[in-house]
Amino acid sequence: MQHVAVADTTEELHDPQTFITKYVWSQDHKVIAIQYGGTAIFVGLVALVLSGLMRLQLGFPDTFDFIDPNSYLQFVTMHGMIMVIYLLTALLLGGFGNYLIPLMIGARDMVFPYMNMLSFWFYLLSVIVLLASFFVPGGPTGAGWTLYPPQAILQGTPGYDWGIILMLASLAIFIIAFTMGGLNYVTTVLQARTHGMTLMRMPLTIWGIFTATILGLLAFPALLVSAIMMMLDKVIGTSFFMPALVSLGENLDYTGGSPVLFQHLFWFFGHPEVYIVALPAFGMVSDVLAVHARKNIFGYRMMVWAIVAIGALSFVVWAHHMYVSGMHPAFGFFFATTTLIIAVPTAIKVYNWVLTLWRGNIHLTVPMLFAIGFIFTFTHGGLTGLFLGNVTIDLPLSDTYFVVAHFHMVMGVSPVMVLFAAIYHWYPLMTGRMFNESLGKAHFWFTFLGTYAIYLPMHYLGFLGVPRRYFAMGTTDFIPDSAFELNASITISALIVGLSQLFFLYNVIWSIRHGEKAEKNPWGATSLEWQTPDVPPHHGNWGPELPRVYRWAYDFSVPGAKEDFIPQNHPVTAEERTEGDPEEKPS
Amino acid sequence: MSLFKTLREKPWVHEPVTATGPAQEVMPIDTLAAARLVLRFIMAIVSVLFFLFIITFLSRSQYPDFQALAGQPWQPFTDPTRLWINTGILVAASLAMQYAVQCSKQSKINGTVIGVCSGAFFSVLFLVSQLDLWQHLQALGFYVSTNPANSYFYLLTAVHGVHLLGGLMVLANVVFRVWYDDNPSALSGPLQLCTTYWHFLLGVWLVLFALLTSRPETINALAAMCGF
Repeated sequence: MQHVAVADTTEELHDPQTFITKYVWSQDHKVIAIQYGGTAIFVGLVALVLSGLMRLQLGFPDTFDFIDPNSYLQFVTMHGMIMVIYLLTALLLGGFGNYLIPLMIGARDMVFPYMNMLSFWFYLLSVIVLLASFFVPGGPTGAGWTLYPPQAILQGTPGYDWGIILMLASLAIFIIAFTMGGLNYVTTVLQARTHGMTLMRMPLTIWGIFTATILGLLAFPALLVSAIMMMLDKVIGTSFFMPALVSLGENLDYTGGSPVLFQHLFWFFGHPEVYIVALPAFGMVSDVLAVHARKNIFGYRMMVWAIVAIGALSFVVWAHHMYVSGMHPAFGFFFATTTLIIAVPTAIKVYNWVLTLWRGNIHLTVPMLFAIGFIFTFTHGGLTGLFLGNVTIDLPLSDTYFVVAHFHMVMGVSPVMVLFAAIYHWYPLMTGRMFNESLGKAHFWFTFLGTYAIYLPMHYLGFLGVPRRYFAMGTTDFIPDSAFELNASITISALIVGLSQLFFLYNVIWSIRHGEKAEKNPWGATSLEWQTPDVPPHHGNWGPELPRVYRWAYDFSVPGAKEDFIPQNHPVTAEERTEGDPEEKPS
Repeated sequence: MSLFKTLREKPWVHEPVTATGPAQEVMPIDTLAAARLVLRFIMAIVSVLFFLFIITFLSRSQYPDFQALAGQPWQPFTDPTRLWINTGILVAASLAMQYAVQCSKQSKINGTVIGVCSGAFFSVLFLVSQLDLWQHLQALGFYVSTNPANSYFYLLTAVHGVHLLGGLMVLANVVFRVWYDDNPSALSGPLQLCTTYWHFLLGVWLVLFALLTSRPETINALAAMCGF
């Protein structure tokens, strides 16, 4: 067995010896990250196709026989759940969390590699169980991604029998997978940082992933609780959430549960989930912006504080998703207030990103384009969030396309823009090859302009009062004919954006073999992951000795330095000591 | 607090030049400290899980169809003797685990083995007694779906039992690994963590016990305090 003698571990590294242990049952965080990423992107493509089918129906009603009201609702449900949980959460934390945490903090691997491997296999199982619901009698659940009872488990809702059970089981398995992975991420960040890597020297990517993981560990139990209780309501007839009701002329056995209780539980998970997705994206975009603007991130400390503050506040805003549930007005006032407060740290982050760009040496590379695109989409989505955070504005808009446009801009398009930025940014590290720049730029412009062509008009449809979740609008007095034309144009844009993702897929797959060989640290980044002896990093990451960290991750364009970046593992010189610290400057 | 101190650090200010001096030894990762941290997180997560179950219990208790399991002579937990017996068994499990830890710290192998075996035995006995209690309730006609209070009883005891079962699996893993490596001195650290988890689950059970045997007035008062 190959033995890697290192000073930083008391045990031999679990070096893989066969194809199976190297690429299938691998305990290497990089392989697990790519397994997570590949699975998440695959299932995300399924969800993308579903959204295309939904748009076909909305843009061209009565044209496609294979889309009926039931299948439409199933597409909506599966699209939403897959995108939020199985793509974004899994790719940001399971994928990038796994890949970047050990590399960025100077560790050889996660602290518990075996548990890390189990995490991926449980995730894969949850995806298989979820996708299996397409093939069971009645198909997948069509209850909407929020799975509200009582309709989720009652006759009349598609997939009320098998579909919902598989969905709940899949969620429970996913939560187990996430918990195993999440425990690893937080423990690794807290216990396995290399010498000199203090918490405040960590890149913001790690701060984002770390805080989001803690949110996930504390918020996913709420989803688990609601999934277990709804499963019992469905399978053995308890009445946790199910009220006494008559369904299809038949008195059911349920005795008077509370559907609103489910909503509270769901959103107690659901709102932190927004930040479970957003915080890693915030962190990664900060690093991409700093590297490609050749400038230190503006207000590093405040960025960290904002991440922590947003994480804490995200647990006290959940009921702003429930203004129309008939809650007490004082409740609405409280949650509107907390919602508006959370805009403060969020706005600080946006200002800091913009100020990082200000007078920076901006390189409009593909990752940078996506990162700048994110600032636009996130600002737009965030501003409409300020509208919807107010009870009086939310009430008329809640069931319209305005909400669809808002949340797609803020937590659909924006994190996806960051994901693309991150994939392009770290692609040379992961594969040792460069991607095709032209294809990348085409991908960016189609995606960026295309999403505006989709979602800007959708806000307008919302103002007109066009209701969301409807299979077809029919003829309604208050919806003018122009709304139908707008819907058709949105569908065409959506299809173009969907198809333009082929640029990305082709680029990523083609470049693995045919891309130009990447030089070491092609972007001139300072953080540790680019300072490995090999690109892509080998098992154990660092060769015989761990790196030592002497500085933060944002020493770009330092006056007097030979290059416009100084890596974190570059020792501090005596000159830097006096020049770099204004408080120590001799007067 | 150190957290606030950490968050006030200025990472852009460089360390003293001495940091470039001879490399200090890189400390090995302390897997026991890492495991302790994981245990703390697990206890936090499990606490959140039960907290949420309990909150829904209190909320659901304010609906008219909810009939608490204690308070009236015909309610099963007005006389909670059986629950006290089960609680005693779980306390015995916790004490046995604690004894095992003490012995293991003093390198008393026999005492450790007796402690671990007794801890495992009492834990399994607790689970069996809980199952027996379920059968007893069924025999009395308190089925899982006839009343939300019944549903909560079965649900909460099941979730608690599953966590104890998980603990037993981890304990078995710890013991067999030590046995396999033939290194009894490595047992006391992991065993201490297992014991902490056992005490934690005992604490959770005591809270559940108090809640499930509460009279309607107590439950109503708790629910009112939570705003339900």
